[in-house]
Amino acid sequence: MTQALDALDALESESIHIFREVAGEFDRPVILFSGGKDSTLLVHLAVKAFAPAPVPFPLLHVDTGHNFDEVIDFRDSIVSRLGLRLEVARVQDYLDDGRLVERADGTRNPLQTQPLLDAIVENRFDAVFGGGRRDEERARAKERIMSLRDAFGRWDPRKQRPELWNLYNGRHAAGEHVRVFPISNWTELDVWRYIQREEIELPSIYYSHEREVYQRDGMWLAEGPWGGPRGAETLERLSVRYRTVGDGSCTGAVESTATTLDEIIAEVTASRLTERGATRADDRLSEAAMEDRKREGYF
Amino acid sequence: MGRDLLRFATAGSVDDGKSTLVGRLLYDTKSVLADQIEAVQRASVDKGLSTPDLSLLVDGLRAEREQGITIDVAYRYFGTPEREFVLADTPGHVQYTRNTVTGASTAELAVLLVDARNGIVEQTRRHATVLALLRVPRLVLAINKIDLVEYDEGMLRAIEKDFTGLARSLGFADEAVQTIPLSALVGDNVVERSARTPWYEGPTLLGHLESVPVVGPEATAPFRMPVQYVIRPRSAELHDYRGYAGQVASGTVRPGDAVVVLPEGRRTTVTDVDTADGPLGSAGAGRSVTIRLADDIDISRGDMLVAADTEPRVTNEFGATLCWLADKPLRPGARLLLKHGTRTTQVMVGAPEGRIDTETLTEVPADTLELNDIGLVTLRTADPLPVDDYADIRATGSFLLIDPPTGNTLAAGLVGTPLNLTPAE
Repeated sequence: MTQALDALDALESESIHIFREVAGEFDRPVILFSGGKDSTLLVHLAVKAFAPAPVPFPLLHVDTGHNFDEVIDFRDSIVSRLGLRLEVARVQDYLDDGRLVERADGTRNPLQTQPLLDAIVENRFDAVFGGGRRDEERARAKERIMSLRDAFGRWDPRKQRPELWNLYNGRHAAGEHVRVFPISNWTELDVWRYIQREEIELPSIYYSHEREVYQRDGMWLAEGPWGGPRGAETLERLSVRYRTVGDGSCTGAVESTATTLDEIIAEVTASRLTERGATRADDRLSEAAMEDRKREGYF
Repeated sequence: MGRDLLRFATAGSVDDGKSTLVGRLLYDTKSVLADQIEAVQRASVDKGLSTPDLSLLVDGLRAEREQGITIDVAYRYFGTPEREFVLADTPGHVQYTRNTVTGASTAELAVLLVDARNGIVEQTRRHATVLALLRVPRLVLAINKIDLVEYDEGMLRAIEKDFTGLARSLGFADEAVQTIPLSALVGDNVVERSARTPWYEGPTLLGHLESVPVVGPEATAPFRMPVQYVIRPRSAELHDYRGYAGQVASGTVRPGDAVVVLPEGRRTTVTDVDTADGPLGSAGAGRSVTIRLADDIDISRGDMLVAADTEPRVTNEFGATLCWLADKPLRPGARLLLKHGTRTTQVMVGAPEGRIDTETLTEVPADTLELNDIGLVTLRTADPLPVDDYADIRATGSFLLIDPPTGNTLAAGLVGTPLNLTPAE
């Protein structure tokens, strides 16, 4: 009797297959890399897909300027360890010269779209790997593994191609590009279990630590260059960790004492909130917040 | 060895309660988290409902919510201590062929829903036909809304008998089909066994999903692997390393195996089955590996490694069944692109030799193929392709037809005539 692959092996093989398809069919792929856990997983899988040769793609970080120092240090150490090229598209440059203006709420996540699209055009990237997962959010549940974007970077849910078997159709016209999501079928728990199994290093802020935070809209936000407590909000020192890492102004920490992967997995298993619902103010903007941002060309 | 992974699909007509069933599976396996439940409760109150509408858990895009339709296949994830599940949730409205074909193409099992009050209807026959055509290995008939027929055993047994006859006529073996009477709304026999169906001795839906074999027929078929990419580090210490990267499509590969490189036909021996974690003693279907060979042969993306002596046929011309997925109809004689494995080549599509009427399960004449049609054609390709009949090996018997000017996927193709229609009794 032939044994089935275990779930993590099956997911790993599927992701590796996707990386190799893109390497075989596209001229200028790039991996979006923020230093967060999903993009770190992407890079790990890319390394495994092409071993013992190096990863044949550069990395692209869309930098909101609202960063956690630990994450930037981590990003740079990965880049130098793997000897990869890192492109950085900076939201701050756009704010400085007026191509973008700061939002009233100070959140910069929605401002990433334009620098991302410009970087894609300038570098003539034709395939852009992202760490999106279908379990994250309703609009993502219908996302393809290879998702066609028009010359304006827009996603039209009605124009996505059917995806059959493991045959991906990445054909695109000049100026169009394809977003590729190799970990589409992974869940948050799969990601953590795999990180544990493969002993993948992550930025320290994913593990519990003491931090000054204040509460806003039911989330714990950290003080930073993006601002701090307003009005009646006050700073408290708590033991927290991050479940996702995005723009500092809208990424919330969760109270936690989990300092090991075992403890994090136990917490994720028992958690009563999705990671986006718990910690991402940008997805709370409206019922259809993610759908709208995807249409505009967001990750 | 951890938990394994079952990929399955759901299909059903509009109003059979499929969204409620999927919502019930997610809810009862505790795969729905507090913020999602709260969102559904808020939305249910807004719609004037007294109890949470679980179907709202699986409604996707705003465009769909506004129009009350489901656009496309949505993927759902849940798990139990036994197994992880990837569910392709396919909508049941008019675009059923396109969506069912897509969802079924990666499924090892399909759950087909019917309303207990209506039994087997035309849509059920159409869905079952598509599932049979796509060679989904296992089928569950979920007879939903049994609370609305007073849990009437006689009525449910009659539906089961009807369906068993249909499944047999489509070529499903009896042991590949399981009928489960259930109520998604109340929860009978979905996760918890119902006290109101003492006459039903089979498993609950979740119990069945947790226990059916995950391994498909590819596991025991001859070895096939399309080459995706050639790995050549060209570094000082790995100067001569040359590995052929791919995902094992079927069978098993081991060091020492005799293989043939197609379409060229050179025979050689596997020396190593590599992964980033080290060499493997064997690799089965679904595993991504890098294979090294004893002889220095010119191999590139698009070639296929296959077991020697059980080779597929290499041909420029073959008969195939097409599921037409695009609004733009087939123009007989059209020159299109065909993607098979890792090779894309030009193809000329002949005039349809017929179309399958999925209601009567017969072949009828056709001049063209339109959206959602299933038809039979002969294809001529520019490059020779190593093909298996889809009925024998799904991975090497399947292909896409692509429209050169737009790049759109026009059709899902199956080599041969995988739907083996035998007259119903």
